[in-house]
Amino acid sequence: MAAADRRLNLWQGKVETQVLVQGDGPPLVFLHGPWGLRADGDFIGRLAQTHTVYAPKHPGTTPGDPDAIYCLDDWLDLLVYYGELFDRLDLRAPAVVGYSFGGMVASELAAAMPERVGQLVLIDPLGLWREERPVTNWMILPEARCRQALFADPEGEVARGFFALPDDRDARADAQADMTWSLACTGKFVWPIPDRGLKKRIHRIGAPTLILWGEEDRVIAPAYAQDFAAPIRGARVELIAGAGHLPHLEQPDRVTALVHDVLRA
Amino acid sequence: MFHLMPYRDLPSDFDKHYQSAYIDPVWFDVADPDKVGQYYNWTLDELIYAANAGMHGLCTNQHHQNVYGFMANPSLMGSVLARATQGQNVAIIQIGSTLPSTSPPTRIAEEYGILDCLSGGRLVAGFPRGLPTDATISNGVVPIDQRERFDEALDLTLKAWSAKEIFAWNGTHYQLPMVNLWPRPIQQPHPPIWIPGSSPTTVEYVTERDFNFAHLSYAGAKNAETLGDYYWDTVTKKGRDANPYRLTFLQLVGVSPTDAAAEEYAPHVEYFYHKLLHTPAYYQAIPGHQDYPSMMRQLKAPLRERPDTSVMTYKDFVDRGFVITGSPATVRDQLVEAVKRLRIGHLLTLLHFGSMPHELCLQNIDLFTREVLPALEDLWDDEWEDRWWPERLRAKRPMPAVAGGEV
Repeated sequence: MAAADRRLNLWQGKVETQVLVQGDGPPLVFLHGPWGLRADGDFIGRLAQTHTVYAPKHPGTTPGDPDAIYCLDDWLDLLVYYGELFDRLDLRAPAVVGYSFGGMVASELAAAMPERVGQLVLIDPLGLWREERPVTNWMILPEARCRQALFADPEGEVARGFFALPDDRDARADAQADMTWSLACTGKFVWPIPDRGLKKRIHRIGAPTLILWGEEDRVIAPAYAQDFAAPIRGARVELIAGAGHLPHLEQPDRVTALVHDVLRA
Repeated sequence: MFHLMPYRDLPSDFDKHYQSAYIDPVWFDVADPDKVGQYYNWTLDELIYAANAGMHGLCTNQHHQNVYGFMANPSLMGSVLARATQGQNVAIIQIGSTLPSTSPPTRIAEEYGILDCLSGGRLVAGFPRGLPTDATISNGVVPIDQRERFDEALDLTLKAWSAKEIFAWNGTHYQLPMVNLWPRPIQQPHPPIWIPGSSPTTVEYVTERDFNFAHLSYAGAKNAETLGDYYWDTVTKKGRDANPYRLTFLQLVGVSPTDAAAEEYAPHVEYFYHKLLHTPAYYQAIPGHQDYPSMMRQLKAPLRERPDTSVMTYKDFVDRGFVITGSPATVRDQLVEAVKRLRIGHLLTLLHFGSMPHELCLQNIDLFTREVLPALEDLWDDEWEDRWWPERLRAKRPMPAVAGGEV
């Protein structure tokens, strides 16, 4: 089923949010990472083979409403906002899949409102902090180092495509703006250290949980997978070979199979 | 006179070892604390020398975790200068403390209050937003919040300086139960306010508020045409007058007895641009530092070009107008032309830069104040009043001047 965009007017009419809706079947919310939704189309299509996927853009990143970001101040605002978004889409307890920043939001939603998350898939999520293995600050990396941090194969087709820009000057500027502003808006909630206290709340997660981690993630070390899994009852961990911070892009077949497997259960 | 207080003795291969003058150089690998003590003393001596030589203002600034300039708290330097120039006709220009990275910002309001009282009403209150590295990396400010925090902090500061009643502040970023600042500035409701910037959003903000706009460029007056035009267009559009004193501009200047002798500045100019300004975009263009309209402008039609200065030589910097060096006559002609062309009311001169030794800096100050400054002092005075200068200094000096002060 073809993707369609819905636009929601939320937060006392102050935040416009574009939600990509695709597929048929039980509801699934897909929460994107700091770089925006631009590269996620293929993976969303795979999820849409079995589910109705709702992929909202984080506040401030919806085209035409960049100032929406100034209407949410902090982490609590963001969680309550997502509660409102679930209400508006009439999602009682959808499956929630999130990667990186989106994984952090998904974890918190599942911890703060356990009854609103039916199943949980976390892909290389932010949210915890180990003193001896600090998370790499992805917002201040030059492109070459960013590519190395994000991808197991920094010179591979996926990595190159992720940073590719159109030749046309205006289209190029728009694409750069989309990525930069997405980093800025998501960064608002996690700068300078992506730890908002999830470790105190994570035990509240009750949904069946799958934790996926790229074996070569150089933003957040794979050792974090166990830190996430330990406080969540029954959580399953799968490390993905040949993947960095974005395994759903580098190893989509393997990730899709694992996600479908857990969502069927 | 403007001063950055840089590290003056970096090893010649510094820029090969470090990608950035900011953040990356580790103190214990690079710095010698005794030398640094000497730099702070030289810096203060040079500024005080400038005041005695007839400069109209002394400028300090705030930067962190770098070799480029590290007056981490400019109020400390400003207080020495205020004390040392007691009774002199010279402004203490703090340009200045960075509001968004100080919490609560009333701390800066207090420090500026002290400086204004201590100096007898000679403070110019400069409020930079802070470089991204300073605010967001060194001080942990959320990039996208920096501008919003600045706006709120300045509103709070202005109210705290002049409010007759004790008030509570319930802002987005700051909450204070009872504000009753001690001390308040002599200059009421507030000292002259100068705001550095280069983005369209800052130009509009400053013009709307009728503050002084300070363009602290290192690319020279020759390359400031686009931003200058944009600034004066905005002034016209907002219905403000064309008073040149509302615009401040920074220029690197080196004066020597003759044009040929000005080659003596060559190593210090190259040191400044190659080593001290050696900061990559991933530290200075952190996502969110620019608001959306400024980011789009930067991507599609930048107000400020960013040439690759790492490959330029002293000759390039001179030829392309980044620095103005030469005999007094050469420097005078170029500065008068630039001041008239851009309608600059306050010219900040960077008379110390890079590895320049103390003695050469004193010569520069001497020649500048004696041979160049007189030609700049009264350029606009028959037509315009300087509303962005401490009132007590305006009265004392009917024809205001500068060097780190005004023209």
